[in-house]
Amino acid sequence: MNQPREPGIRLVFRLDRPGFRLDVRLELPGHGVTVLFGPSGSGKTTVLRAVAGLEHPPGGKLHVHGVCWQDDAKGLFLPVHQRPIGYVFQDAALFPHLDVRGNLRFGLRRVPRDKRRLSLERAIDLLGIAPLMARRPDTLSGGERQRVAIARALAVSPELLLMDEPLAALDLPRKREILPFLERLHAELAIPILYVSHAPDEVARLAHHLVVLEAGQVIASGPLNETLARIDLPVRLGEEAGVVLETVIGARDLPWHLCRADFPGGALWIRDHGLSVGQSARVRVLARDVSLALEPQRQSSILNLLSGRVTALADDIHPAHALARVVVGEVPFVARITRRSVAALDLAVGKTVWVQVKSVALME
Amino acid sequence: MLDSADLAAIGLTLQLATLTTAILLVIGTPVAWWLARTRSLWKGVVSALVAMPIVLPPTVLGFYLLVALGPNGPLGVITHSLGLGILPFTFAGLVLASTIYSLPFVVQPLQNAFEAIAEQTLEAAGTLRASPWDTFFSVALPMARPGYLTACVLGFAHTIGEFGVVLMIGGNIPGQTRVVSVQIYDHVEAMEFGHAHLLSAGMLIFAFFVLLLLYTLNPTGRRS
Repeated sequence: MNQPREPGIRLVFRLDRPGFRLDVRLELPGHGVTVLFGPSGSGKTTVLRAVAGLEHPPGGKLHVHGVCWQDDAKGLFLPVHQRPIGYVFQDAALFPHLDVRGNLRFGLRRVPRDKRRLSLERAIDLLGIAPLMARRPDTLSGGERQRVAIARALAVSPELLLMDEPLAALDLPRKREILPFLERLHAELAIPILYVSHAPDEVARLAHHLVVLEAGQVIASGPLNETLARIDLPVRLGEEAGVVLETVIGARDLPWHLCRADFPGGALWIRDHGLSVGQSARVRVLARDVSLALEPQRQSSILNLLSGRVTALADDIHPAHALARVVVGEVPFVARITRRSVAALDLAVGKTVWVQVKSVALME
Repeated sequence: MLDSADLAAIGLTLQLATLTTAILLVIGTPVAWWLARTRSLWKGVVSALVAMPIVLPPTVLGFYLLVALGPNGPLGVITHSLGLGILPFTFAGLVLASTIYSLPFVVQPLQNAFEAIAEQTLEAAGTLRASPWDTFFSVALPMARPGYLTACVLGFAHTIGEFGVVLMIGGNIPGQTRVVSVQIYDHVEAMEFGHAHLLSAGMLIFAFFVLLLLYTLNPTGRRS
C-alpha cells in the first residue's frame, strides 16, 4: 500500500442504467471550489452522490486526500455515515421534527470531540443564522432553510463539502442572499468544495476548477479560466459564454468612479465598487461584450482596448457566429463575432488583433 | 349493574387489547418499514397478505386458525412439540388470533407514516454521521409519531371490537377467553337486555372517545 497522501480527489465511476450511462474518470484538486457543470441528465449529481457514498457504482474507485473510500476490486466501500463529508441537498432536507438548533446539533453530536475542528458558533456565525435557532424548519424561508442546511453540513467539520445545486430551488433574490455566504466559505475555511451546478453565473462566481459533464462523460476538466476559454468544447454556456479573470485592483480613478483591475499582462478599467488598491477581484468578461479590430479605435467610447493574439477560432451555436480565443498578456479572452467579420478581417490563428471590451462585471 | 362476570370480561378484553397492540407494534414496525421502502417484487404479495383480515369474514380467519392450531394442525404440532400446548380455547391462542386479525390496522398507518418520509431526509441523516439504525431511531421513528398514535388506537380498538375470531378460536371460557363482545352476546341469548345494554353502551361510548382522541390529536392535513 503506497497510497500517496497528496491532497486531492481521484475517482473512477461507471454506471449503466436504462437510458443513462456514466463513465467518469477525474482528478480534482484538494482545495478551492470545484464546480461540476452540465445540463440536467449529464450525471453531475450522480457523481456527487457517488462521492458521498449515497450511490454505489459497482467497480468504482474513489480516493480522497490519499485515503481510499471505495475500491470494489478490494471489496472496499466506506458507508456514507463513515465518510468525513458535509452534504448540502438541493432542497435543504432539514429534519422537520427538530428545530434549527436540533438540526445543527444532529451531526455535531455524532462527531467525536477530537475530530471537531469547526465550532458550532463559527458555523452559525458564518451563515448568519443566530436569530433562527429556535425556529422550526417549516417556518423558515427557502433561503434561510438553505443557510441552515449549509451550517448543519459544516458543523460535522467535514474534510470535503459536497453541494448539490444548493441555489437551484431558490429565486433570484434568495440566490443573491446566499451567494456571499458561499464565497465566505471558501475564503475563510480551508475545506475543498465539490459543487454541482447548471448555472453559468454560479460557475463564474464560485469556481476555481471546472468540470464539464455531458451525457455521463467528462468533456473538460481544468482551472476555471483555462476551461472557459476552451472554445473547441461544446461548453454550452450559450449567451453566458465568456471568461473569468482573477485580478488585483491596481489604481482608482475617483473623479470618474473607475478602478483598474490588473491581470498578468494587462489591465481592465471597471466601475469603482469601493475596493481599495491591492485587493483582489474576480471579474467576468462575456464573449458577447468583446469585439475585435485590426486597428486600435482611439476615437471610441470603449475604455478597454487591449492588444492580443488569436489562438483559436471555432463555430458558435448559431451559424452566423464564431468564437475567437484571444490571449492578452497571459490571459485568454473569448470574443463572439460574426463569421462575416472573421472573413472581412481575415482572422486566423496567430494574427495580432485589438481586443475591445465593452463591459466587465465584477463578481463579488 | 355490572356483575363480576361482566367485570372479568372487561378486564380480559383490556388485557387482550393491550397485549395485542404491544405485540403488533413490535411486529408491525419492521413489516411496515420494509413495505414502505422496498422495491422488491414481493411487496405486492406481502401487502395482500397483511390486508387479508380487512376483507375476510372473521369466522373464516378463525376457522383456519382453529384448524391450523388444533392438535392435528401444522401449527398445533409445532406448539405441542415446543411444550406450549394446544392454543385454541386459551388466552394465548386468543392473543395470537387477535394479532393476525388486527395486523393491517397497525401496519397500514405505520407504512403510510414511513412512506411520507422523504428518502432525502434519511440520506441527510447518513451524511450527518448517523448509521442506518441510528437514522431509524433518531429520524424515522420520531417523524412517524402521528402514524404510531393512529396505529395504537386502531389496533387497540379493533381488537376490542372483534367477535367472530374470538368465538371460533377462543370459545367462551369465563376469565380465559370470554371478552366483552362475547359477554354481550351471552346476555342477549339469555334475554338479559339490561346487562347487554350496559356493556353495549359502554363499548359505544368507548369507541366514540377513542376516535375523537385520534382525530383531535392527529388531525389530517396539518402535518404534511
